[in-house]
Formats: sequence, C-alpha cells, structure tokens
Amino acid sequence: MNEALWGISLIWALVFIYAIAGSVDFGAGFWAMIYQRHKDAHAATIANRYLSPLWEVTNVFLVLFAVSLVGLFPSAAFALGSVLLVPGDLILILLTIRTVFMAYTHVVHKFQYLLRIISGVTGLLIPALLMTVFPIAQGGYLSHAGEVYHLSLSGLLAHWTTYTYILLGILSELFISSVVLADYARVAEDPSAYRVYRRHALRLGPVAMVSALLVLWGIPSSASWLRNDLFAQGWLFVVSGIFFIIGIFIFWVARSVEQKVYRLGVIAVVLQYAFAMLAYGRAHLPYIVYPGITVQGSFTNVEMFRAALLVLIIGIAILFPGFVWFWRLFLESKSYAGEGR
Amino acid sequence: MADHVLLARMLFGTSLGFHIIFATLGVGIPFMVTVAEVTFALTKDSDYAIMAKRWTRGFTVLLAVSITTGTIVALQLSLLWPKFMQIVGQVIALPFLIEIFAFFIEALFMSIYVYAADRIPQRWRIISVLFVAIGAAASALLITDANAFMNAPQGFRLVGGKAVDVHPWQAVFNPALPTSDLHVWMTAYMTVGFVTAAVAAYGLLRKARSDREREHQYKSLMISLALGGFFGLITAISGDGAGKSLAHYQPEKLAVAEGLFNTQSHAPLVIGGWVDEATQRIIGGVKIPDMLSWLATDRLDGVVKGLNDFPRDTWPPLFLHLIFDGMVGIGTGLIFLALFAWLIKTVRTGQRFPFPTWLLYILVASGPLAMIAIEFGWVYACIGRQPWIIYHIMRTADAVTPAPYVGWMFILFMLLFLLLAIGTINVMRGYFRRHPLSEEIEPGPITAKRVVWLP
Repeated sequence: MNEALWGISLIWALVFIYAIAGSVDFGAGFWAMIYQRHKDAHAATIANRYLSPLWEVTNVFLVLFAVSLVGLFPSAAFALGSVLLVPGDLILILLTIRTVFMAYTHVVHKFQYLLRIISGVTGLLIPALLMTVFPIAQGGYLSHAGEVYHLSLSGLLAHWTTYTYILLGILSELFISSVVLADYARVAEDPSAYRVYRRHALRLGPVAMVSALLVLWGIPSSASWLRNDLFAQGWLFVVSGIFFIIGIFIFWVARSVEQKVYRLGVIAVVLQYAFAMLAYGRAHLPYIVYPGITVQGSFTNVEMFRAALLVLIIGIAILFPGFVWFWRLFLESKSYAGEGR
Repeated sequence: MADHVLLARMLFGTSLGFHIIFATLGVGIPFMVTVAEVTFALTKDSDYAIMAKRWTRGFTVLLAVSITTGTIVALQLSLLWPKFMQIVGQVIALPFLIEIFAFFIEALFMSIYVYAADRIPQRWRIISVLFVAIGAAASALLITDANAFMNAPQGFRLVGGKAVDVHPWQAVFNPALPTSDLHVWMTAYMTVGFVTAAVAAYGLLRKARSDREREHQYKSLMISLALGGFFGLITAISGDGAGKSLAHYQPEKLAVAEGLFNTQSHAPLVIGGWVDEATQRIIGGVKIPDMLSWLATDRLDGVVKGLNDFPRDTWPPLFLHLIFDGMVGIGTGLIFLALFAWLIKTVRTGQRFPFPTWLLYILVASGPLAMIAIEFGWVYACIGRQPWIIYHIMRTADAVTPAPYVGWMFILFMLLFLLLAIGTINVMRGYFRRHPLSEEIEPGPITAKRVVWLP
C-alpha cells in the first residue's frame, strides 16, 4: 500500500466515523421531535440526554474530515471546493441553526416546541444534502475546462440516482440512531424508551437494506464503472449482510431492557456499515471524483503527509484518555443517562 | 452587480468578523472562570463560585455560537478560496489539523465541566475548566498562526502553481508567528476582562439592589478590571513587538497604518487625521517627530519604508490609518481606565462602594469598546494585507471560487448572523432575568477563609 492509499484510507475512516456519529446525532434530534408530545415521552428524554454532551464531539469529526481532505488531497479539495459553494453553504446554514438552537433550548425552555422542530427537520435535511456528494463523485455532473470546474446542478437534481443515495442516507441515519438510542435506554434502565427504539431498529433495518439495493440499481449507465467495481467487491458486501442478520437477530432476541447481549447487536450493526463502506470505498478506487480526480493525482507532497500523520497520531494518543473519561461519565453512566426521569 | 471578488471578500469578512466576537469571548471566559474557581478554592468565598457558575452559564450559549461560526469559517475557506486552500493544504495544513485536537480537548472538557460538575471533586473541576481554557487558547493561537503565515509565508517555493521544496514546520514557525500569537492571545484576555467588568458595572447601575448583591458585583468588577488592566499592559507591549515585526516583514502594512508615503529616517508618528492620496500627506492629526522611527526600529534616526517604494496596485486601502489608530486609541484608553479605577479604589479605601455613578457608566462602555478594538485589529490585519491573500505570493482575486451565487449566499449569511445575534442576546437576557443574582448568592454575610488576593 503506498502513501496516497494510506491517506485516502484515513479520510474514508473519518467519513465512516462521522457517518455513524452524525447518524446518531441527527437521528436523535429527529426522534426528540417525534416523541416530544407523545405518550412515550421517555423516548424523547433519552434522545435529549444523549444529544446534550455529544454534538460538539460529532461536529469535530466534520471539521476534521474537511481539514484532513485539504491537507492530504489538496487538489481534490480544490475541485470540490470550487463547485460546492451553494450546497456547502446551505449545509453550513442548516447546521448552524440546528446547533445554536439546540444550545438555546438548554437555557430557555419557553420555545422548546419550536426549537425541537427545527433540530428535527434539520436532522433530516443535513444528511440528505451531505449524501449528494456521492452521486457527484460517481461522475457525470462535474466538468472542467483547464483548472476551472463546473457542476451541473440541474443534471444532478434531475437524475434519480441522487435520490436513491439520499434515501439510503436518511434510512440508515434513522436505523443507526434507533439502534444506539435503544442501547442508551438500556444503560439508563428505561424500559419504555428501550421498547420504542428497539421496535424502530427492527423495522428500519430491513428497509434500509432494501434502499441500499435501490442505490445499486439506480446507478446510471454513465457510471457503469462503479457498478462493475461494486460487484467485484461482492464478498465484502456478503460479510456486511451477515453482520446485519446477526444484529437484527440479537435485537429480536433481546426483548427486555435487562439483556446485556443487546450491545453485541450494536457492534454487529457498526461492523455491517464498516464492511459496506469498505467495499464501496474499494470499488471507488482509484477515483475520488470520476474521472478527473484520482487518489494518486491529487495527493499532497510527502513532507506534508508525514508531518500530518505525525500530528494525527500524537493528537489521537493525547485525546484518547480524555475520550475514555468522557465515555464513562456520560455514555456508560446510569446516573447520567437515567437522570430526569 | 457588485464585483465577484468583492462579494466573496464581504461574505468571508463578515463571517470572520462575526465569529471573532464569539471566539474572543470563547478564549477569555474559560480563563476568567478558571481564575474564579481557583479564587474560590483559595478563599472559600462562595461569591467566586457563583461568579464561575454564572459566567459558565453564559459561556455555554456563546460557545455554541462560537463553534458553529468557527465551522462556517473553516469550511467557507475551501468554498470561497479554493485556490488558496490548495496551497494551504500543501504547505500550512498543520496548524489547522492540530487546532482540531485543541478544540476537541476544549469541547470534551467543556462537556465534563458543565454536565458533570456535580459528579466530580473540586480539584477535577478546576482541572477540567483549566483544560477548556488551554484548549481554547491553543485553538486561537493555531488559527492565528495560519494567518501569520499569510502575512509572512515561508517553507516552500511556488513553481507553476504547485508548491515544491515544502517544509511544513518551517511554514508553521514563520517569522510573524510570535508577535501575532502573543497579541491575539493577550487581547482576548484583556477584552473579556473589560466585557465582564461592563456586565458587573451594568448590574451595579440598576436600581433596587441589595447591598449584598452590590458587594458581589463589586468583587466581580474588581477581579475583571484587575485582569483587563494587567493584560492590557501586556497587550501594549505585544502590540509594540507586532509593529516592529511589520516594519521588517510587511512594510506596506505599517506604512498604510501610519500614512507614510516616503521612505525616511526620523519618520514622525501622526495620530488621527485623514490620509490624502493626491497630496501624499495626512490632513489634520497630531504629529510627534521621530516617534514612528523609534517605534519601528528602536532608533530616532531609523529608516521606515513608505508606500511609494511599492507599486501603486499593491497598496492597501488608505483608510486603514484611522482603523489602526482607533484600535491603538481604544486599547490605550482602556489601560488608563483600569489604572484610574484602581486609583479611585485606593483613594477611597474606607468606602464599601467606591465608584461614582459616572465611572460605572464609562465602565459599561468599556466592554463593547474593547470588542470594537478587536474588530479594528482584524480589519487592519486582513485588509492591510490586500491585494494579497498570501503576501507577495498569491493575490486574493486569483484565489476566489468560480462558483456563481456568491451574492445570494452573502444575503443568506447576513440573515443567519442577524438571527444569531438577536437569538443569542434574547436567550441570555431571558436566562439571567429568570435567574437573578439575588436567588443564587448566599443571603448572609460571607465567611471567607482568606481575603482575596487580587486588588
């Protein structure tokens, strides 16, 4: 494996972490909106307890992704940055409104209803906008004359491949967030919230799986390279599917809030997405954006790569203890998770 | 339609100008909270614990705005100036990467300090808020380093648009780094000192306060003024260093700040006045002979470069002279204000509430003024670099995105910032109205273990 490949693996790992953490974050906002005036009010409480300390940490991964892309693949960042002004700025505006209003709600309880709706709706819109990068990367909508890039926005919006990606993104978001929130409810020993999220996980899992097939089916003939490469990664998708089945089976068995085995199901689902993304990433090589921008061609210089790698390793080593402390204080703590019941 | 480049600069400039308010508060407030927590630990005076608690409450909202506007600025860089970020990625990506970890530390410990304060012992509480302060300061210093690189780039050569011979750490430790970082760091502490002083002074001006509340507000006012004044003095020293650094590395920028056209020894310092391009002199203003030479070079006969040494199309706009003088003027005024307040306190040592009402009114104005000085400083630093985005290497106009609709984005972001400004002010006012000081402080006389160690 050469250095550029290590670099893109790192970027892809960051995308994966943000996909999982972001799904839970945005999904929790959505569920908090759905259940705020519901008889299952506990479900909303659990979602909120989870959201409070976590959104900052999730947000970091978004910025880390952007900065790492600029540092490791400056030419790819240049091409994408040149054309994504409008969708990028819309994401930023929605993200800002969502985050800031969430912080407002913690201090002012008067407008809670309105604020919850804002964070719930943006929790669906932001992932949808983020997913549009996938059809752009598979090629056909980005053209360039010399160094000036142009994105055909109408072409992108007219083809339904874009919408299959969006559908997959949103369904996965809701599936992953239900899976994790049910586990969080289990830690908090909250049977009613556990019941709600476990039920959602069982229903949404298969639906998300079907939407993944839709994506494969929707890839246009102009991007047949990707379809062929995806089939070549078939065995990785099979492994992913096996983990999905294991996960769903465990959720189905773990009917009661006391069953610690549920956690294994969460791990299985995370592995399911890890293998699926590994397969998709491998199929996408050597292109970052087809056909002009390749991993090798847009890679930074060796000096910067080594320095950046050093920084990343030291940074993660320093942060790890703090992260463990954080995890034990909030995510594994019954006294925190169960508060406010 | 306005010029594409100008629109992009307006959008980025306002994003940065809005973010810098919250970023400055975000660097300064955790430091103030740490000081208050330590003071509480040393004196057992519960007033300081309440101060820390109330500052933190305000801070949680401000931090959310700071983080998101910071995210906007970080991503907006790639969206508005892709060509610039291509160079950044090849040469100066490190401070951006390290900054993320610094910010991560800040966010992590902030969550611990705010949401878990009642579940960890006092020592760990102080350590966690100290880490918030360290993380916040480190973030600011690292991003300022990227800005310093734009002013004094080194560590690479540009051949046909591609960076070669790259030395990332040389780029990080560029010559503008020490003075810029020190100045930004100290001004943040100074500014927040005056902002919390202004809040306390405002509280003291309101009627129907019990003596007990006034006592609390005075403690808050004194600790804020002491820190604001102290860091104000260091700011002045660091500002002098920054000026000398400019004379050496970015002479156009210093020349435009002082309205100096001709290169000369014994250069005078002109305070205020309008820089007139046609006659190449400053209309009005107070002239101090030899002073600029002395400030820039430490010698009365030192040579200071003037604008005429540079091609006309690389001059920064001349109005910056007033912006620069505004920044220095406010900074100097605030230092004297803090010293004056200290003098009054010393003279009226027997009185419980020594400050006259008119002084409190001036103190209320000091917070916003300090923030205006910060804005002036960044306007000067960034517009003073024009037309370059990387000094003498890349022009701003060559770095701009080819994407359309920048104007529309500008309008959307203006609306967003307006919404955030109104929302934040209302939320904070609402919160402190519902949680008045009188409900939080201990009603009886304070039993402090020691007297406070600040003036």
